Amino acid sequence: MSGKSGLSKRQRAKVFRISQYVLLVAVVVVFAITADWAEIRRAFFDFDVAAQQFPNVITIALKNTIIYTVLGFAFGLSLGLILALMRLSSVAPYRWLSTIYIEFFRGLPALLVFIAIGTGIPLAFKDTHITREVSIMLALGLVGAAYMAETIRAGIQAVPKGQVEAARSLGMSQGRAMITIVIPQAFRIILPPLTNELILLTKDSSLAYLLGSTLAEQELAQFGRQALTSFKSLTPVLVVGLCYLIITIPLSLLSRRLENKFGSGGMTTRGVGG
Amino acid sequence: MTEPIIEITGLCKAFGPLEVLKGIDLTVRRGEVVCIIGPSGSGKSTMLRCVNLLEEPTGGKVVVDGVELTDEDCDIDRARTRVGMVFQGFNLFAHLSVLDNLTIAQRKVLGRSKGEAEMVARENLAKVGLSEKAESTPGQLSGGQQQRVAIARALSMNPEVMLFDEPTSALDPELVGDVLGVMRQLADDGMTMLVVTHEMQFAREVADRVLFMDGGYVVEEGPAEQVIGAPREERTRSFLARVLDPVHNAGA
Ligand SMILES: Nc1ncnc2c1ncn2[C@@H]1O[C@H](COP(=O)(O)OP(=O)(O)O)[C@@H](O)[C@H]1O
Ligand SMILES: [Mg+2]
Repeated sequence: MSGKSGLSKRQRAKVFRISQYVLLVAVVVVFAITADWAEIRRAFFDFDVAAQQFPNVITIALKNTIIYTVLGFAFGLSLGLILALMRLSSVAPYRWLSTIYIEFFRGLPALLVFIAIGTGIPLAFKDTHITREVSIMLALGLVGAAYMAETIRAGIQAVPKGQVEAARSLGMSQGRAMITIVIPQAFRIILPPLTNELILLTKDSSLAYLLGSTLAEQELAQFGRQALTSFKSLTPVLVVGLCYLIITIPLSLLSRRLENKFGSGGMTTRGVGG
Repeated sequence: MTEPIIEITGLCKAFGPLEVLKGIDLTVRRGEVVCIIGPSGSGKSTMLRCVNLLEEPTGGKVVVDGVELTDEDCDIDRARTRVGMVFQGFNLFAHLSVLDNLTIAQRKVLGRSKGEAEMVARENLAKVGLSEKAESTPGQLSGGQQQRVAIARALSMNPEVMLFDEPTSALDPELVGDVLGVMRQLADDGMTMLVVTHEMQFAREVADRVLFMDGGYVVEEGPAEQVIGAPREERTRSFLARVLDPVHNAGA
């Protein structure tokens, strides 16, 4: 019944829990005492500066972030689907190519890919005019595809084999069964991890600054950096941060709801915030 | 006697070194109901799956309705539309409504119009007594209802032959009767059926012929009365003893 301290198991658990709260409060108090609040308020919560960010932070920066993300996601998802099907193909060279691609792009920082696209494409295709949007779409999509391919592959493999057998027994070809029966079910399973991927791409779109931009092409992060220097205040960073959260938090909630609905956990191939 | 619709000769199937079917000969005539019984692992499912080439035979010949499926030039997708299959685990398309389960292959494979496909689908749903479930999803149905939908789905392709692989083995006992009832009706309507089953009562009453398989061979075949009622082979006798009275014949 009683340990050496004379406390029962349940009492000890209670003491432990209370000590956690005490520790938390202590950390907050120390932080609050040591921080220079006046300085923080001046730097981050300057309402005049904040007000001056509007409407451009929405009409230009937020809009561009969303456009770049959607373009990158659409391209990445299509390429990812192709890579996933190659990975599962009975043709060995397809499998090798896909594996090499996935390992290559998962192993590189997205930053490098942006630099490579930014300098490489103009060199390689001198005569064709590739717009900035397309370059961003390529860079975001190439990286995103590597992660999404693995997610999609896992989703396809999670669809029970009996589904394909039933489809084949009704006369559907392998390809038809894949398109009408397997892929729709796979996407239901992987909606939560795909939503996470969209969040990651939203954040990665901040690398678009590496491709240079005019004012009208700025996305959130670059808009924030620019305002930071011209206003000599950290407030624009706060405004921009909130704009990111306006996109990412609803997506995160959506992802969690989908996860509950379809009951698929642990299929993310890179963690949010990683 | 009507003409043969399934002709299997010298059928062999091996999975790597494991020989599962070691030379099966079987002829099924139009309208015949053949039940296949035998111990687990004897190759019953494999044999059935060779009839629509879900498994590719390693030897022998399978001819269905005059088309040799084992011929390399055979359009197997086309041939499969004439052979319906019902699985132990139902395998309804989980993302589609009951009605769409019944129409999707009609439309994508047979090229029927939406209207025609739905008409055929509703006819077959009525046949299995589930007209009111057309808009449900498979997850909302009981196992017995799912299996009846699976039968209606196969029938919607207007097959010449129906294959059943232990269609009631995954069902709660009180739901078995509904499915067997639908199968009995189908047999009465003259459908050619190949049924792997452990329902001896059903086999006795419905089957024109019973096959007992063991170790990759057809050990005994004949009218149900004979194979189940008065088996000649010792292996058949001991199998039936275990199935019909499992409590007293464990390990017999
Ligand atoms: N795809 C497969 N790969 C390897 N072995 C298999 C496969 N399918 C079936 N088998 C083996 O073949 C044998 C016969 O299986 P099956 O036809 O399912 O028997 P039954 O339906 O009579 O129980 C079993 O030993 C089984 O393990
Ligand atoms: Mg079996």
